[in-house]
Amino acid sequence: MTERQQHLLMGALDGALSDGERRDFEQLLETDEDMRAEWMRLRRVKGITDSMEFKMPSDAIWDGYTASVYRRVERGIAWMLLSIGSIVLVSTGLWQLGKAIFIENDVPLYIKGSLLALSVGAAILIVSIVREKIFTHRNDPYKDVMR
Amino acid sequence: MLVTTYMQQAYRHALGLVRSHDDALDLSQEAFARVFRHHESLDPERPFYGLVYQVLRRLGFNWTRDRRSRAEKLEKYGGWLVEKQRSPDPAREAELTDLRERLEAAIDTLPDREREVLVLKEFEGLKYREIAELLGIPNGTVMSRLYAARRSLADELEAMR
Repeated sequence: MTERQQHLLMGALDGALSDGERRDFEQLLETDEDMRAEWMRLRRVKGITDSMEFKMPSDAIWDGYTASVYRRVERGIAWMLLSIGSIVLVSTGLWQLGKAIFIENDVPLYIKGSLLALSVGAAILIVSIVREKIFTHRNDPYKDVMR
Repeated sequence: MLVTTYMQQAYRHALGLVRSHDDALDLSQEAFARVFRHHESLDPERPFYGLVYQVLRRLGFNWTRDRRSRAEKLEKYGGWLVEKQRSPDPAREAELTDLRERLEAAIDTLPDREREVLVLKEFEGLKYREIAELLGIPNGTVMSRLYAARRSLADELEAMR
C-alpha cells in the first residue's frame, strides 16, 4: 500500500476527502483488489471504534480536581525551597566541620584519612550519578517527544 | 479557571495515553501543576492547552515506559472505554462488552505514538489539522500513523476472534 493510498483510505474513513481525492479513491477501489480488501477491513475497525467512547469519572471527581492541582503547585514550590535551604545549610555545615577537623592538630591521622576517603568517595559517587543521568538523557528515545 | 476549562479534556487525553482512570487523573493534574511551575521554560507561542498537552504526553510516555520496564501487565488496566449505546438484550450486551474488552486489549498493543493519534482521532474527534498542531507534526504523518494504528488494530482484532 503506497503512502498516497494509505492517506486516501484514512481520508475516506474520516470523511476528509476533497472531490478530486474521492474520485481517485473510488477509481482505485474499482481497480485494486488489495485496496478494496483493506478498505473493508478498516471500515470494520472504524465501525467498532465509533461505537465506543471514553469512560468518564463521576462529577464528584471534578469538584476536587482544581484544588488538587493547586496543592501540587504549592507542594512543589515548598519542596524546592526546602531542598535549596537544606543543601546550602548542610553543605556549609560539612565544609566547616571538615575545615575544623583538618586544622585541629588533636584529631588522629586515621580520622582525617577516613574523612578524606569519605569525601572523595561521595564526590566520585555524585559525579558517576550525574554522568549516568546525562548519558541516559542523550540516549532517551522519548527525549524528542517534547517539541 | 484555566484548569476548570481544560481538566476534562486533559483527563481524556491522559486516559488515552495511560488507559487507567486513577493514573489519568494523577498525570493530568501533574501536567497542569508542572505548566504552572515551569511556564517560563515552555514555548510561550503555544496556547495554554498546547503546553499542558506537551507536558502530559511526556509524562504519559514516561509512565508507559516505566510500567513496561517493571513488566506489569497492561491487561489489568481495562475498562477505560464504554459502549456508546447499551442494549436491553443481555446476550447483545455481553457481546458488546466482549468487543470493548478486545478493542481495549488491541489498543494496548499499539506503539505509543500510533495509539496517541488513534485516540485523538477516534475518541476525541479531532481533525487531522488539530492533531498535527497539538503534536507538532505534519498532517501526512498524522495520517500515516493513523493508518498504521488502524491496520494493527484490524490485525489484532482478527487474531482475537
